[in-house]
Amino acid sequence: MTERYDGVSFEDRMATVQFSVADTAHIVVDGDKCQGCTTKACVSVCPAKLFVPLSSGGVLFNYEQCFECGSCYVVCNEAGAISWSYPEGGKGVVLRHG
Amino acid sequence: MAEDFDVIVVGAGPAGSMAALAAARGGWSVCLIERGPFPGSKNMYGGVVYPRILDQVIDRWWEDVPVQRFITRRQTMVMESDRALTVDYRTAAWGAPPYNGLTTYRSDFDRWLATKATEAGATLVCSTTVTGLLLEHDRVVGVRTDRPEGELRAKVVIACDGVNSFLAKEAGLYANFSADHLTLGVKEVLRFDPATIEERFGVTGREGCDIEILGATPGVLGGGFCYTNYDTVAIGIIAKLPSLAAAKVRPEDLIANLKAHPAIEPLVRGGELVEYNAHMIPEGGLKAMPQVVTDGMVVCGDAAHLTLAAGIWLEGVNFAMGSGLAAGEAAAEAISAGDWTAAGLGVYRTKINSTFVLKDHEKLQHIPELVLSERVQFAYPALICDLVEELFTVRNPTPKPGGIKVLLDKARANDVKLRHLAIDGLKALRSFR
Ligand SMILES: Cc1cc2nc3c(=O)[nH]c(=O)nc-3n(C[C@H](O)[C@H](O)[C@H](O)COP(=O)(O)OP(=O)(O)OC[C@H]3O[C@@H](n4cnc5c(N)ncnc54)[C@H](O)[C@@H]3O)c2cc1C
Ligand code: SF4
Ligand code: SF4
Repeated sequence: MTERYDGVSFEDRMATVQFSVADTAHIVVDGDKCQGCTTKACVSVCPAKLFVPLSSGGVLFNYEQCFECGSCYVVCNEAGAISWSYPEGGKGVVLRHG
Repeated sequence: MAEDFDVIVVGAGPAGSMAALAAARGGWSVCLIERGPFPGSKNMYGGVVYPRILDQVIDRWWEDVPVQRFITRRQTMVMESDRALTVDYRTAAWGAPPYNGLTTYRSDFDRWLATKATEAGATLVCSTTVTGLLLEHDRVVGVRTDRPEGELRAKVVIACDGVNSFLAKEAGLYANFSADHLTLGVKEVLRFDPATIEERFGVTGREGCDIEILGATPGVLGGGFCYTNYDTVAIGIIAKLPSLAAAKVRPEDLIANLKAHPAIEPLVRGGELVEYNAHMIPEGGLKAMPQVVTDGMVVCGDAAHLTLAAGIWLEGVNFAMGSGLAAGEAAAEAISAGDWTAAGLGVYRTKINSTFVLKDHEKLQHIPELVLSERVQFAYPALICDLVEELFTVRNPTPKPGGIKVLLDKARANDVKLRHLAIDGLKALRSFR
């Protein structure tokens, strides 16, 4: 990977996307279920990098900058670890160049 | 109980707007519900719209469709480490009506198409999420929304709620909704001066170029794309979800890797990132499709896994529009005939059976699997580059080698069995009968 592209940090990358953040989370992750998860698949696939692995074995999740793509629940390794729904109407990601 | 509308369409993507337009033209009251603040706000694709299905519903649609560029140059690139073979086709014919493909942003295109539905008489309600189905005796009779007192009843519900389709799942229409049939697409939209795009892609005015890339995601089953908009270039990758998870590679790193490839880097050098976005694609083709008709409801577009993702083709918007049109017409006919049970709505299935919507999928049903197979993804790109390199490398005074010998040598060097080459080749050929 060439240096030319290292200019954009992940924060800057996400800052190009508009979000109208809802008060309540549309995705809830049950940390207990993640403790025993061996794949941590969510961590590598989430395009918004919203799953952060913790040294304790669990993951930290924040719903605010979510693309609402669905990849996390599709690859999730433990049944019931992710409760997934769309944000309330009008909230969430607003794409301009999709 | 009385219905609030004759037809409720969930999702104002290309499938939903076409369905709403057709049902409204059929003379019935239609409510088109979209969870985003405006149609297209949640949607993302490559992307090129192949618009010819619009001929059937909007006279001279090209006079007001929001367009970035009309595709007159189409390339398929096979890449491997720092090498690439490109098949490059261009024709001026695609730059004039009725056109063949156009780039456009979904926030513009989906909004435009939804306006066509409201002009036909449909009521568009945005910022409203459908949270479930209203069921009576296993029969769909309406939807629940997140608005206060937000239950809406209808004779027919048309589910156009995209790849995650919670409505099709709730109705029990999916036998196997699985990660195996899903890819994640991520893209960057990079801004340039339009003159730079014209120079780099060899196009002028509103002409544009589209590149589909095989071998774009080393170590991950997937692909890549690069499309020109008027003053931006969209560059992205798609990756089969289980493969991406297993490889533990980040999607944005796959894009960075593609952008650094010598065949791509000169095209995207120096662009300013204006948006990064992501969406899933249903790639399974015919084998992954759910049941599309039940009592009181039909399913269209990505909700029915209708995207055609088969290597040199990545088409979903046209399949969404084609299926939406058929569903809207079918709903109107079923209501006129007084029977909107699964039997009455079965005409939807008949309609898509007789057009490209299912015909193309039937013809190409083995291709998605083939394109995302390990051999096609990891062995053939290097083999192809090796063969071409051998063909074009001049080793004077050594004479040129014989073709068969080169093929045998290179196949062996790449660990490809001729038997497998023959099987895969036949599979591909058979699909084009
Ligand atoms: C990376 C990528 C590249 C692609 N490239 C191309 C390409 O170049 N050309 C092409 O033709 N196709 C392409 N596709 C495929 C194409 O985007 C889809 O096939 C197409 O968008 C499907 O249209 P649709 O109307 O079925 O679904 P969508 O476009 O997904 O629309 C669904 C709509 O329903 C709404 N919705 C969902 N759930 C609810 C709910 N519960 N309540 C209310 N509203 C709801 C959504 O907000 C959305 O507006 C690509 C896809 C991806 C991801
Ligand atoms: S894949 Fe599922 S179970 Fe595993 S860490 Fe992620 S959310 Fe938790
Ligand atoms: S829906 Fe997509 S963007 Fe949102 S958390 Fe899941 S994987 Fe990440």
